[in-house]
Amino acid sequence: MSTAASTESRELTPVSAESLAALLVAGKRPPRPGSLSTSLTFGWRAVLKIKHVPEQLFDVTAFPIMNLLMFTYLFGGALAGSPGDYIQYVLPGILVMSVVMITMYTGVSVNTDIEKGVFDRFRSLPIWRPSAMVGYLLGDALRYTIASVVMLTVGLILGYRPGGGPGGVIAGIALLLVFSFALSWIWTMFGLLLRTEKSVMSVSMMVIFPLTFLSNVFVDPKTMPGWLQVFVNNSPITHLATGVRGLMAGEWPAHDIAWSLGWAALFLLVFGPVTMRLYNRK
Amino acid sequence: MSASAQTSGPAIETAGLVKTFGVTRALDGVDLVVPAGTVYGLLGPNGAGKTTAVRILATLLRPDGGEAHVFGHDVVHAADEVRGRVSLTGQYASVDEDLTGTENLILLGRLLGHHRKAARDRAAQLLDAFGLAEAAGKQVKHYSGGMRRRIDIAASILNTPDLLFLDEPTTGLDPRSRNQVWDIVRAVVAQGTTVLLTTQYLDEADKLASRIAVIDKGRVIAEGTKGELKASVGAGSVHLRLREARQRPDAERVLRTALLAEVQREPDPLALTARLVARSATAADQAARALGELTRAGITVDNFSLGQPSLDEVFLALTGHATGHRDGTGRDPGGPGTGPGTKEGEVPA
Repeated sequence: MSTAASTESRELTPVSAESLAALLVAGKRPPRPGSLSTSLTFGWRAVLKIKHVPEQLFDVTAFPIMNLLMFTYLFGGALAGSPGDYIQYVLPGILVMSVVMITMYTGVSVNTDIEKGVFDRFRSLPIWRPSAMVGYLLGDALRYTIASVVMLTVGLILGYRPGGGPGGVIAGIALLLVFSFALSWIWTMFGLLLRTEKSVMSVSMMVIFPLTFLSNVFVDPKTMPGWLQVFVNNSPITHLATGVRGLMAGEWPAHDIAWSLGWAALFLLVFGPVTMRLYNRK
Repeated sequence: MSASAQTSGPAIETAGLVKTFGVTRALDGVDLVVPAGTVYGLLGPNGAGKTTAVRILATLLRPDGGEAHVFGHDVVHAADEVRGRVSLTGQYASVDEDLTGTENLILLGRLLGHHRKAARDRAAQLLDAFGLAEAAGKQVKHYSGGMRRRIDIAASILNTPDLLFLDEPTTGLDPRSRNQVWDIVRAVVAQGTTVLLTTQYLDEADKLASRIAVIDKGRVIAEGTKGELKASVGAGSVHLRLREARQRPDAERVLRTALLAEVQREPDPLALTARLVARSATAADQAARALGELTRAGITVDNFSLGQPSLDEVFLALTGHATGHRDGTGRDPGGPGTGPGTKEGEVPA
């Protein structure tokens, strides 16, 4: 991991004992920060990383736009008569699919990050233990928001007209963000559990592809075989897509909202503690 | 726990500390007592268990057996209390390489409870004091080895800790950077912080530590003040190179009688090494006398040098085996990036 010591040749100024002594004496300990404060600080760290490597936003901008264009024009004519009609149905679905797919990058970044020495420091700090993980997910929530805004903008240009207006759209995105935040704990778990970045990626794919495609994101499940309908109608992604679709259309699909939040709570309660257990043992 | 435990008593106290990774016993019953306010050296080769010990004491690993207390707090059951009083500078830079120097220090400042402005001010002061003001806005991954160590130590003293762990702080540094790190350590200790220093270098432990524990294969094999340790090992060694190989047997005999020391033939047919025994005369005096005797015996010496006991010699004396020729487990298990059961690896001298 040693990068070229580009500045090695230049001599460092010696550290003066006096200035150091003054600093050490001045260093009074402030009270310990709360869990919200430390989580937000870790969120800030995630944002700084985006700032230093803005290319990593490629997956939350180009990838969703590609999905949207591809599926709208590929299936639009066949499934709904025209791309313009289809986009009214499919945009919320693709939004859900794209953001849910993006969540798996969380696992990859946890996996590569956790091996670095800085985590030793974080874990030896007297702070609320989950805050480092929560911070990741807060940073990721920002990425999900960017993806959502990008897709909606492109969707509006292509002719998507949400019946729920700005309020409905914001409510839909909020539901999606809450769900994705909770779902991400599965990936943080895999990120800590698996040894390599590649294995994290492939396991995530194995889970995410069937989960997102076997749903009502693209088509109404009515034409599917009975056994598949049972699976699709009970998939968390179907509930979420229906919920988001309804909210954006100006409806209040209470049943699906409740199911989506229920799944979110389940993910958080199961995979949150497992993640933290792994984190503490790492 | 109790208030008295925080003000008096040793900084670190361990009893029968055990940690295993698979079949490797990284720590095999370690007993240590580190007095507060001093630099305590933990000396040993790679894979001896130094890093594992530090990681347990810094609450990053749970011991499999035994107990460890830091300022009277149990590292397992009162981990949070311990974390509030210690800081860790690991073998690998314990700062975020993707962030700049300033960002790193602000991040840690905020995590330690400083308000935004206070964290920013403290970061600027530290960078200034550590001679990193110019590099403050650069990502740490572009820092040189010496600069990394500095930002690392700066991060560790953001809140002046009561106990600072320095895990091989100078490994891989050039001599000048090493000296500068030593100066920083001295300044930190002068302010009352206890330092637990792990090192592979005897001279580093010698220059900084007041007490030293020598650790090998997860056990403490010697412990004491520098003087005690050196007396047990010998005072150093004399290396010489003769002009003519045929004079070597004579030279060997002269040295043996003059120094009453063990003399070894080196692979080089011209070279000899005599391990000095600690006694009232200093190593330099002994060596000078030996040189005089050789001249009197008509033996021409081309090259002559006086060496401190090396870590290898300490090990040879203490364990009967050299550091490089044992079944090692490669790097210290427990360091980031190394899993347990690392293959047998090279142990650099």
